[in-house]
Amino acid sequence: MSLLLKNGRVIDPATGTDETLDILIDKGKFIAMKPRIEAASARIIDVSRLVVAPGFIDMHTHLRDPGQEDKETIRTGSLAAARGGFTSVACMPNTTPVNDNRGVTEYILSEAKKKAVINIFPIAAVSKNLEGKELTDMGDLVEAGAVAFSDDGLPVRTSEIMRRALEYTKPLGTFIIDHCEEKSLTQDGVMNEGYYSYLFGLPGMPSAAEEIIVARDLILAEKAEARIHIAHLSVKRAVDLIREAKRRKVRVTAEVTPHHLLLNDSALEDYDTNLKVNPPLRTKEDSDYLIGAVKDGTVDVFATDHAPHTLDEKSVEFDKAPFGINGLETAVSLLLDRLVNNKIISLSRFVEMMSTSPALILGLKTKGQIAVGADADLTVLNLNKDTIVDANRFKSKSRNTPFQGWKLRGAPVMTIVRGRIVYSA
Amino acid sequence: MYEISTREVKKVPTLRGKTIINLFFEPSTRTRSSFELAAKRLSADIVNFSKSASSVVKGESLKDTVLNLEAMNPEAIIIRHAASGAPHYISTFCRSHVLNAGDGSHEHPTQALLDAFTIRQVKKTFAGLKVVIAGDILHSRVARSNIFCLNKLGARTTLSGPPPLLPPEFKKFGVEVEYDFAKACQDADVIMMLRIQLERQQRNYFPSLREYRNLYSLTRKRFSRARRNAIIMHPGPINRGVEISAEMADSLKSVILRQVENGIAVRMAVLYLLLGGKEREPSA
Repeated sequence: MSLLLKNGRVIDPATGTDETLDILIDKGKFIAMKPRIEAASARIIDVSRLVVAPGFIDMHTHLRDPGQEDKETIRTGSLAAARGGFTSVACMPNTTPVNDNRGVTEYILSEAKKKAVINIFPIAAVSKNLEGKELTDMGDLVEAGAVAFSDDGLPVRTSEIMRRALEYTKPLGTFIIDHCEEKSLTQDGVMNEGYYSYLFGLPGMPSAAEEIIVARDLILAEKAEARIHIAHLSVKRAVDLIREAKRRKVRVTAEVTPHHLLLNDSALEDYDTNLKVNPPLRTKEDSDYLIGAVKDGTVDVFATDHAPHTLDEKSVEFDKAPFGINGLETAVSLLLDRLVNNKIISLSRFVEMMSTSPALILGLKTKGQIAVGADADLTVLNLNKDTIVDANRFKSKSRNTPFQGWKLRGAPVMTIVRGRIVYSA
Repeated sequence: MYEISTREVKKVPTLRGKTIINLFFEPSTRTRSSFELAAKRLSADIVNFSKSASSVVKGESLKDTVLNLEAMNPEAIIIRHAASGAPHYISTFCRSHVLNAGDGSHEHPTQALLDAFTIRQVKKTFAGLKVVIAGDILHSRVARSNIFCLNKLGARTTLSGPPPLLPPEFKKFGVEVEYDFAKACQDADVIMMLRIQLERQQRNYFPSLREYRNLYSLTRKRFSRARRNAIIMHPGPINRGVEISAEMADSLKSVILRQVENGIAVRMAVLYLLLGGKEREPSA
């Protein structure tokens, strides 16, 4: 059945659109966008006073499936994504077993087809079993459906394997996403190293650990003339390195998470394990600087690094808790409230960072735009809706959010994937 | 409180009928015995828990361990744990009073109180005193609690130690940092040495024990730069001949054993303030 969205404020950064339009969808594709469309047979949805954007894409999600289904499954992760306004997510390969071969990639895609309500794009491992020793069969994995490569959760361990991965992926038209952390500097650290780690007596992870690997990756990517994407940027100096590399036309893109923008290391005074994340929450100076990097375009996309963990795993001493924040169901409201409503970035820039840019980076040619013939993925926003973050209402299997109780204005109210309404508030 | 421990019958009935659990997840000689004797001298019933003889070795979590002990209705839980923030964490789900007997590299509040008590016994006042704390500041809960306590009481604190174990950000705690230990000792009224944990060497916080001894051990020569009536403190256990020469540890200037003695009185006071004193007369 066809779908007609009436009177929405349509924002599409790909074409510079920001006007009130009707959108007609049929067979999962956009058919027409015009000021007034009549279609007698279509189901009509009134979206007046709402914002209609190309479907949001989270290029950094941990779905935990296969192997860690107590934390999340492809099904529950997709429901969480839909509730959070995402129509697509790219899922990281640090599952059990690791997504380092065609079998696991195919499992994820077939599970997604059967059980997911949104689009799932697998990211495969750079190295076998994330060990940083041998490259995965990257050509085979691309053919099976991998959209990018990453050893996320861990950095690509050695400069040598990063160099070869960059060189090797170039003709495959794909790219590497790196979690930048020099492990010999972070060791058993559990929070950002600095005044607050000394005050709280917790082992620190120095910002230099991130800066060094960002620098390494930029140098290697430039030499290889290959594409690199820096995951969850968290420190000031790493932003400077990327800004400088972009100026010299290095093929680098970067993402930032809501938690690194909105929280800092002073918040750990209660030893709340929901604030334990890697990279760790940095200083107020770093988070302020990241917001500047969002404004000036050094950062290309917002990503959640959705990392679900069970209540039991997080109900332990701070040292023992796993790293990770549950992000899919809070990201959009957090960013609308703190960045768009506060006029730090425009609504159009926000949509660009949530949809247009991740689609371009991931090479999803039929996504990230509201164009005739493109996939009818849409995120509908109500900029005036007040919500209170309540983890008990999450569709995710896990509840590990540090934003519990936050009052936010602006929320996703409808998620449409290939013409099908998969979430409606 | 101090006087009670000097009597022939070292016991008062103040906390009779109160139950206290001594929950020690780390080895301890002083603090554990000190809390136990403090409770006994106040007639409280105290149960000792040690990690190696408990279900923790079977994999029971801290939360479950504490909830089970709490089901036995104690009035207070005294906890020593290797994880910073562990007392804070258990207090989020505990009904009983939680006393921190040392958590990771975070704090050791009763140690700071007994140190302050000892300093006051000898020096009478804190105003203007120069207190030097030397050694592994980074990992020391004793150092942190002492810094906060001494700052509040009006002493001037100087920290010393190898730079990897004393990051310059410690200056933000309101203290001086002097990496040259001999210089730090100049005109000190109190020199508090911290135990150097031998396993730190493996992580390259300093090159060798020999090197550590050469640069940071409290020797007669370094101590001679302190004020004439200066005292030597150490929270124990000491590594003789490493952070402190045997001669200095045993010298008349050392108040190390007096610290231990005072620990009981201070912990009796803490237990009394938390668990007793309901019938206390309103203060004038």
